[in-house]
Amino acid sequence: MFRNTYDSDNTVFSPQGRLHQVEYALEAVKQGSAAVGLRSKTHAILLALKRSTGELASYQQKMYRIDDHVGVAIAGLTSDARVLSNFMRQQAMSSRMVFNRPIPVNRLVSSIADKAQVNTQEYGRRPYGVGFLVIGGDKTGPHLYEFSPSGNSYEYYAMSIGARSQSAKTYLEKHYEKFMDCNLEELIRHGLHALRETLQQDKELTIHNTSIGIIGPAGEHEKAVPPEGPFRILEGEPIDVYLKTMVPKESADAPAQPPAAAAPAGQEDPVPAAGDDADVQMTED
Amino acid sequence: MSWGRPRNDAVDMFNTYPLNQRAQHGHAHDNFAEGVQRTQQPIVTGTSVLAIKYKDGIMMAADTLASYGSLARFKNIQRLHAVGDTTVIGASGDMSDFQYLQGLLDELVTDEFTAGDGNALAPHEVHEYLARVLYARRSKMNPLWNALLVGGVRDGAPFLGYVDLLGTTYQASTLATGYGAHIALPLLRQAVETREDSLPEDEARRILTESMRVLFYRDARSLNKFQIAKVTAAGVDISEPIVLDTHWSFAEGIRGYGAQTQ
Amino acid sequence: MPDGSFSHPQERQFNPYTENGGTILAIAGADFSVVAGDTRQSEGYSIQTRYAPKVFRLTDRAVLAVNGFAADGNMFVKKVKQRLEWYRHAHAKDMPLRAIARLIQTMLYAQRFFPYYVYNILGGIEEDGTGAVYSFDPVGSYEREACRAAGAAQALVQPFLDNQIYFKNQQAPVGSSHPVHLPLQDVLSIVIDSFTSATERHIEVGDGLEIYVIVAKGRSPQGLESIRNVQELSTNPEGDRVFVIRRELKKD
Repeated sequence: MFRNTYDSDNTVFSPQGRLHQVEYALEAVKQGSAAVGLRSKTHAILLALKRSTGELASYQQKMYRIDDHVGVAIAGLTSDARVLSNFMRQQAMSSRMVFNRPIPVNRLVSSIADKAQVNTQEYGRRPYGVGFLVIGGDKTGPHLYEFSPSGNSYEYYAMSIGARSQSAKTYLEKHYEKFMDCNLEELIRHGLHALRETLQQDKELTIHNTSIGIIGPAGEHEKAVPPEGPFRILEGEPIDVYLKTMVPKESADAPAQPPAAAAPAGQEDPVPAAGDDADVQMTED
Repeated sequence: MSWGRPRNDAVDMFNTYPLNQRAQHGHAHDNFAEGVQRTQQPIVTGTSVLAIKYKDGIMMAADTLASYGSLARFKNIQRLHAVGDTTVIGASGDMSDFQYLQGLLDELVTDEFTAGDGNALAPHEVHEYLARVLYARRSKMNPLWNALLVGGVRDGAPFLGYVDLLGTTYQASTLATGYGAHIALPLLRQAVETREDSLPEDEARRILTESMRVLFYRDARSLNKFQIAKVTAAGVDISEPIVLDTHWSFAEGIRGYGAQTQ
Repeated sequence: MPDGSFSHPQERQFNPYTENGGTILAIAGADFSVVAGDTRQSEGYSIQTRYAPKVFRLTDRAVLAVNGFAADGNMFVKKVKQRLEWYRHAHAKDMPLRAIARLIQTMLYAQRFFPYYVYNILGGIEEDGTGAVYSFDPVGSYEREACRAAGAAQALVQPFLDNQIYFKNQQAPVGSSHPVHLPLQDVLSIVIDSFTSATERHIEVGDGLEIYVIVAKGRSPQGLESIRNVQELSTNPEGDRVFVIRRELKKD
């Protein structure tokens, strides 16, 4: 069970200078289904794969609205995500109450990173078992951040977290230079292609298992979006139109297609297939 | 009542009461609570502050007097204060409360600077912050006894706002506190309203100077020495004190001004 | 005492309240609701500003007007808005009107012994599609009504509304009866007349007028679009819709 004697307490370094509990927390993020984030000059978007525990169960929520200008996608322990996203909502509201200003996104991400850091250092605590992709918009345009249980937060052009996210990352790394000039529809298509890479062999993206979060002006398929382009989550029927634009995986000549041999899932992600870990004690999404 | 008793009976550190009586004396009552004073009236005070919008931004004026009742106690006090690079506030009312607010704001500006992410506070955000602070203090029945004007320019948009000890707020293109609201504001409104976007700097300065002169003639708690703050896209500029020359010869024959002959 | 001393100890206490004038009113129609307020803010004889809004859009189907002590009013609106935001976070939809009404009562009564010195009028569309007006006293007593005026000129406006909306002291022609609800155009005329009259006779009323109109989902805005200075505030033209009409009032 234990990897070694430096496992049980996160305040103790291993002789190699590692904090094992923190690294296990990062593993918890990899157990959750994947989320992808990317941005252009005008938009920042999130895409996430929703998991359901079976025919009788509904799909687990993967995205949370924090404020008009901020939204997150999660991978890992849903319960931890709820605690953190509620904290972010409080921070956002307090900024509006005290200063009448939308909270700067980088400060919001730093505030949860600081919380996570405390859990890696203080006795008797455990790190959060959840990772976030955070998108936000401010005067300097759209932004994308990653937050992880280690207390790190970085800004990205494109990023993915969760199970088999390495495959999505491979896709994003190959294509990210095109993202900046994409319109919303193209950006979503890239996102869907990246997210598709995280699926198991026989699965595909459907209107039931996919969520799309958007910040930025309304796209051509969107109705009733205020001009400021606040954060919104698309699920169900409205995303069908985007799923239909995807290039089938088999056609190798498609422009937005990664090489067929891209990142065999499982090599970098020693994670059991989504269906196999249904018996873990805590729900992970 | 409190002689020989501990200050706070909650703990009963000196066994003043027998055990069976401690509960009823155990309320967290401070025997010296009546000695804690809240501001019930201002002590050292500043008089009116005036502010207007003009072509390039906003301009604000306040004299340099801090009075102790009717005594002109401190004659070189600055009542205009820059908050970052985009905002200026002007204070009338209690000067110690104003200095406390200056401390709060300086701390805030330091925090924003330290964040270093280009999200420095805009004038309307400073105004909102002050409104929350003053409203919170009035709600504790412990007010900060000031009427403040907040002005600035951010992203080309001028802002002028008022906030006072009750937390009352409003915005307008001409503002004045205290006596200025009665004496100078009508002059400012007549000179400025509808011309906010075209009023040149020298005329804005002249309007404020003339209004300060009128105030000096009519407000007994004012001084003929004042400063003008200007906020434009280029930043905040608070002038050195300006001294007005005033003429009282007209008063010679007016009953109530000069020495009376009968 | 003639010698300047006092026979009784004098108590001077900080007064945490003031009164900022102005007037608000709301009228419910069959499938719409109108909420209006002037924009003057004053203290004593001084006009502080000619534009300080007293009417606020809360959701696509609820509009709140606040009148009394402006600092309390603004704070109260801010707090209500944040409670509604938490509701949106929790339920992914807007709070229904009757629930907002009860929320406001709870929030006001929570301050029973240090009240928000504010008269609230809430207008909007209920879940069944009917126009509604709720009025509150400062400590939370509330009821649903067809119309209500509050504020400085309440004593001038409410009797006028009683007569024009409830047809008090009016005899219906023989063989007919008074209408239960008036059409939007008639209501707008009554609102505008109320405020121009209040402006004439009350020094604290004037400067500007903001009229919010909430129209039930799928109902015709009854010629609202053709009125000048009308602006739509709703996010979804398929649902309940909110409009605001801005007019000038006399500034003397």
